[in-house]
Amino acid sequence: MEWMVWTLPTAVFFSVIAAILLGMTTWELVSPSVERRGFLPIATTRGDRLFIGLLSAAYIHLAVVGFTDISIWFALGASVLWLLVLMRWG
Amino acid sequence: MNKVYNNRAWFLILPMLLLVAFSAIIPLMTVVNYSVQDVFDANTRFFTGTEWFEVMLNDPALQAALLRQFAFSFTILAIEVPLGIGIALLMPKRGWQASAVLILITLPLLIPWNVVGSIWQLFTRGDIGLMGVGIRELGYAYNITRNPADAWATIILMDVWHWTPLIALLCYSGLRSIPDAYYQAARIDRASKWAVFRYIQLPKLTNVLVIGVLLRFMHSFMIYAEPFVLTGGGPGSSTTFLSQSLTTMAIGQQDLGPSAAFSLIYFLIILLVCWVFYTAIMNSQKDNTTQGGA
Amino acid sequence: MTSSVPTTPESVRQQAAEAAALRRKRARNVTTRWRRRTLLGLYLVFVILPIYWLLNLSFQTNSEILGSFSFWPQNFTVANYARIFTDANWYMGYVNSLAYVLMNMLISISVALPAAYAFSRFRFIGDKHLFFWLLTNLMAPPAVFLLPYFQLYYSVGLFDTHIAVALAHCLFNIPLAIWILEGFMSSVPKEVDETAYIDGYSFPRFFVTIFLPMIRSGIGVTLFFLFMFSWVELLLSRTLTATNAQPIASIMTRTSTASGIDWGTLAAAGVLTIIPGIVVVYFVRNHIAKGFALGRT
Repeated sequence: MEWMVWTLPTAVFFSVIAAILLGMTTWELVSPSVERRGFLPIATTRGDRLFIGLLSAAYIHLAVVGFTDISIWFALGASVLWLLVLMRWG
Repeated sequence: MNKVYNNRAWFLILPMLLLVAFSAIIPLMTVVNYSVQDVFDANTRFFTGTEWFEVMLNDPALQAALLRQFAFSFTILAIEVPLGIGIALLMPKRGWQASAVLILITLPLLIPWNVVGSIWQLFTRGDIGLMGVGIRELGYAYNITRNPADAWATIILMDVWHWTPLIALLCYSGLRSIPDAYYQAARIDRASKWAVFRYIQLPKLTNVLVIGVLLRFMHSFMIYAEPFVLTGGGPGSSTTFLSQSLTTMAIGQQDLGPSAAFSLIYFLIILLVCWVFYTAIMNSQKDNTTQGGA
Repeated sequence: MTSSVPTTPESVRQQAAEAAALRRKRARNVTTRWRRRTLLGLYLVFVILPIYWLLNLSFQTNSEILGSFSFWPQNFTVANYARIFTDANWYMGYVNSLAYVLMNMLISISVALPAAYAFSRFRFIGDKHLFFWLLTNLMAPPAVFLLPYFQLYYSVGLFDTHIAVALAHCLFNIPLAIWILEGFMSSVPKEVDETAYIDGYSFPRFFVTIFLPMIRSGIGVTLFFLFMFSWVELLLSRTLTATNAQPIASIMTRTSTASGIDWGTLAAAGVLTIIPGIVVVYFVRNHIAKGFALGRT
């Protein structure tokens, strides 16, 4: 494992992702999700919306880090907010 | 087909999952780890945060490579898709000729990618290549190591040579699945050739074409060996595409951090495009089934 | 169409006109057929020409290649091939390449078959996302995985072995195999499975004795694609090997030395890399058209 050069931030990052996936699986087992249509142009399930949210979060972070001087925590906050909006109304 | 809901199917997936996880997830995690550090070796490393991403996103050489990459991918798609459809329409449908043409057309797909580069290097060199000498005889000072336009044209020609067969074969298999009754009906209606193509053949082709475009886009987006052998990315950096920039950085210069950050950005672009295509395919199939059911 | 027996002058004229139209159409068909053949022929020439040139150069000595320009070998020689077949460094490259390609085909197909069956017959939690994730691996540029692979295989002691390359190629070959096989399996009606279970077959027995024979052309096509993508890959196989398992592709770079490039040997080695492909494509030629649509037409 030494060669994988783990650091705390990335460990936290992957733990959070793993936790989200586990949580989503349990949620799915308890109450299976139904495809529906929100403000997105396609019908989506919960899992789809999570994926869209995470992917756009990655792009938000890249844009903030690469082309602005805003703190990355701001990007994180915006992403979480966007993810919640997407999960609820997407 | 109605599928049964059964979570025990996971047991059938498991061996595959372990294997792919070993060769996909562990390396990807490592790339993420690299991308936030300055790594000299496993014990000497510094946390750099988002610095590498900032550097990579603002690197003019990489931005140029990205633009070049898109230009290349769209150019070859614009040539290969119509050409491939055309070839598929021309291919004989039965008899020994069909087999022979099929094998000949498949040939370029089975040549190792670096050998494709070598073949075209031998073919286009100004001193020993048939095409190189031929064009010079015609009076044009063709030179792929000096003239960027020549290099570009040659690489595109090489890619057309290499990959049009894929589109052609996909379309050919799509065309073969059209029942003869459709053509007979069209003959009775005295449909023009264009009408037959537009209303019978093209709809049948869209399914396979989406697969073809997806495969072609992805493969052209990670093209490495052919231009590397043919032009080495030159003249200058005029034919350096993303994979080559990345490989030079990762293997040539051993810059683990920056190349990892670059890898992730590259991967995110692929992921987005791939997702858009996948959703489009899935939705079009869904539309087809609902129409079929109605 | 009108009735076959003409009764009025009007209909006689009409039938004559139709016959003339038919004749004209036949004549036109002949010209269109020739035009089609010519166009296809031109394309085939375009496909063949670079390969012919490779073949041509492979039968010439370096001095002839550089000294004079000719459309066919003037002094036919097989010295370039002899060099490859007598030098262990050279021909071991082919053995190494074939070794990891075959290993990869075996591994990929044996884990992909059950997985594809699961995808084609069952719904389960996360199936769509899993399938998409597999496709992203198919699309992922090998360059992205280059460095971690190097470290990974080095740390588990597999660096410079055939199995390392075979495992690395699983990254894109397993998803590809699942994608193709899923298409073929979905075209087998589900009633087949159900009847077999009613007849008392266990799942493994049904799968091996009934189901696999039904999709054997699909398996053949899948193996063809696995061969193709593992055989043509350069970047990973070159990075994960040094001397013991070096593929032919990276040995070929040896032809460029300080004194220039050994064109003849390069061409001969290139010709030899095409031959396995021809053999494989000959075996699957009757299924290839269906296989290229990934079983989905």
